[in-house]
Amino acid sequence: MATDLKTATEDDIGVGEYQYGFHDSTDKYVFTARKGLDRDIVAQISEMKDEPAWMREFRLSSLETFWKKPLPLWGGELRNLDFQDIHYYVKASLGQERNWDDVPDEIRKTYDRLGIPEAERKYLAGVKAQYESEVVYGSLHEDLAKQGVIFTDTDSAMRDHPDLFREYFGTVIPPADNKFAALNSAVWSGGSFIYVPKGVKIEFPLQAYFRINSENMGQFERTLIIVDEGASVHYVEGCTAPTYSSESLHSAVVEIIVKRGARCRYTTIQNWSSNVYNLVTKRAMAYGDSLMEWVDGNLGSRLTMKYPAIYLMEPGARGETLSIAFAGKGQHQDAGAKMVHCAPNTYSRIISKSISKSGGRASYRGLVKVANGATGCKSNVVCDALLLDSDSRSDTYPYMEIDEDNVVIEHEASVSKISDEQLFYLMSRGMTEAEASSMIVTGFIEPLVKELPMEYAVEMNRLIELQMEGSIG
Amino acid sequence: MSSLLKVENLYVSIDDKMILKGVDLEVRQGEIHALMGPNGSGKSTLAYALMGHPKYEIVDGEISIDGVSLNELEPDSRARMGLFLAFQYPVTVPGVKVADFLRHAVTNVRNPNRKEGEGLIPMREFRAELKSRMEELGIEAEFARRYLNDGFSGGEKKRMEILQLAMLRPKFAILDETDSGLDSDAVRFVSEAISRLAGPDMAIIIITHHERLLEFNRPQLTHVMLAGRVVERGEAALAHELHDQGYAGVRLRHPDAAAEEQEAAAALAGKQPVLAK
Ligand SMILES: Nc1ncnc2c1ncn2[C@@H]1O[C@H](COP(=O)(O)OP(=O)(O)OP(=O)(O)O)[C@@H](O)[C@H]1O
Ligand SMILES: [Mg+2]
Repeated sequence: MATDLKTATEDDIGVGEYQYGFHDSTDKYVFTARKGLDRDIVAQISEMKDEPAWMREFRLSSLETFWKKPLPLWGGELRNLDFQDIHYYVKASLGQERNWDDVPDEIRKTYDRLGIPEAERKYLAGVKAQYESEVVYGSLHEDLAKQGVIFTDTDSAMRDHPDLFREYFGTVIPPADNKFAALNSAVWSGGSFIYVPKGVKIEFPLQAYFRINSENMGQFERTLIIVDEGASVHYVEGCTAPTYSSESLHSAVVEIIVKRGARCRYTTIQNWSSNVYNLVTKRAMAYGDSLMEWVDGNLGSRLTMKYPAIYLMEPGARGETLSIAFAGKGQHQDAGAKMVHCAPNTYSRIISKSISKSGGRASYRGLVKVANGATGCKSNVVCDALLLDSDSRSDTYPYMEIDEDNVVIEHEASVSKISDEQLFYLMSRGMTEAEASSMIVTGFIEPLVKELPMEYAVEMNRLIELQMEGSIG
Repeated sequence: MSSLLKVENLYVSIDDKMILKGVDLEVRQGEIHALMGPNGSGKSTLAYALMGHPKYEIVDGEISIDGVSLNELEPDSRARMGLFLAFQYPVTVPGVKVADFLRHAVTNVRNPNRKEGEGLIPMREFRAELKSRMEELGIEAEFARRYLNDGFSGGEKKRMEILQLAMLRPKFAILDETDSGLDSDAVRFVSEAISRLAGPDMAIIIITHHERLLEFNRPQLTHVMLAGRVVERGEAALAHELHDQGYAGVRLRHPDAAAEEQEAAAALAGKQPVLAK
């Protein structure tokens, strides 16, 4: 059966231009767990994956932690999220393929439509494609593999590199960190595992693509990246889902270790459909003279709560978060960043830009923390919000916990409306109102977009334009 | 045949305050006109109203090109019909590169029937054209990559307006005090550039308080505004007289308009907060 476009439009809950809202048939799926969350489901996931006993225990105890933790009372509205109305594990195909031709037709067609094989041919050093709970396709350039780079799905990593895996897994974000980290720890499946050996610099990006297909699906990938001393990597993830009238949940955990003198850039271009709750915990530990960068583009979803964190563990470590959020109709982006200065002479920068339109709500929520004794630290936070109409909303919640005097902390925030004078000026040069607004918005995020590699900058601008289309009135 | 821009009995209000009170004007493609008048007489208001600023409400009268009314048209449609305004105070658009902006603008204006999202004019051609126009205007190449008017000096902004004029090649260009804020070398340079651009395909309406621009671009007709009306028209000599002697003579010849001007000024002064001694 071909991809069912019609249902996507019928089920459309008003996002109009969302172009990835189509979905495939689920008839040929290998396994779909019943809806609901309990010890049996968790044990079943572990069993199907044929995991070691320690992981089974880790999952079951994380589930207990999940039950004990309260829902956060801040951030977005979570009370409509029914944890028992979700499939926690869905396996669409038998295994991970190394050749697109071996990926089941329907799934391959989806990735074709998303342009992944083409991008892979053009400019990627490696690809993982996760469909529902499992990675269905994986590749890595041969010469990188020869240099000892590991880029695999997290399940395979546990099996094939058990010592490396166990040394780091769960060390950056323990299950008890928050309710959703506990949930992910209990039911995680898929995600990327990357190890870059000492001194290896990967020139082209490694990309993962996360796709939810079925209704009431929960996707809980678990990503672990270790960049050894002096190494560097750029990892990019993209995410889409079909548009359904009932909720799906995406709750990932991403743990990153950036060792001395290493660099890691993690770019997210998330474009979930507007029925997805996106509740993600991302954290990196950056050691001496290393650089960790989060580039976070949040479009789509009903509610996103995501605050990528960087713990600056040793002197000379630098952390940078660039975040773009676009909140359209019925959407709430509660996004931001966390910088924790644990050592002297560490540096951080947060730049956040948010755009709200048609009643959407974008909040910046950020924390800068400087531990006692971490002298000589510098932190600079800039957050700018652009409101496209008077129904939309923007909030800023900057938290500072500074336990040291000898530091430089800067914070600037601005909220602006799209100005009539700018619109008139551009329109007087032949731009329609929609083109003029789109141009102003593109200009607003340009300082961040120009940080992206060309292909992603183009993609980001295109997505913003799609969000803007027909939005004026 | 050359086109005709026609303004008939135009009444324009801003926030319910009547600013233009029955303006008539006819400009044919290829002509040069000067629009003069004291501060606050309504020159910029007329320019904005012609271009279609949403705050400027047409209460009565009509603006048309070749008999097609512009009254209900958005500014972008007017631009596509060949109207252009060089702003007295050009607007800054952060993050939008001059070249990207201009490529989009030029595409739209040259292909008036282009639908949104359709392709832009080819990059290579556009770049070459932009490069030579910038050279002619003495604008450094790096400006193409700068953000539109962002951090530009007053003079640089004015040159950027002329660059846009040169790229868009409108039928009717209104230059609102393009000479203000320029040093005397720059005025000369810009004046010469404008005279090169002028020709049978372009009409230019020059709003100015100075004579330099008009030396290089001799107007066929000078219009003088006072209190929201065009009160006098004459040949180049009139512009010269105004420059030498100011507007006292005009006010004497049009006591009603002068009285209105006084009233408006007094009303405005009345609104100013009284300063404590
Ligand atoms: N946005 C506005 N709101 C209220 N009054 C306005 C507004 N813009 C212009 N006016 C008034 O309209 C009148 C005409 O102003 P306009 O700017 O057209 O004058 P001008 O002839 O261009 O003057 P100048 O030579 O100083 O540029 C002035 O009294 C001015 O105060
Ligand atoms: Mg003026």
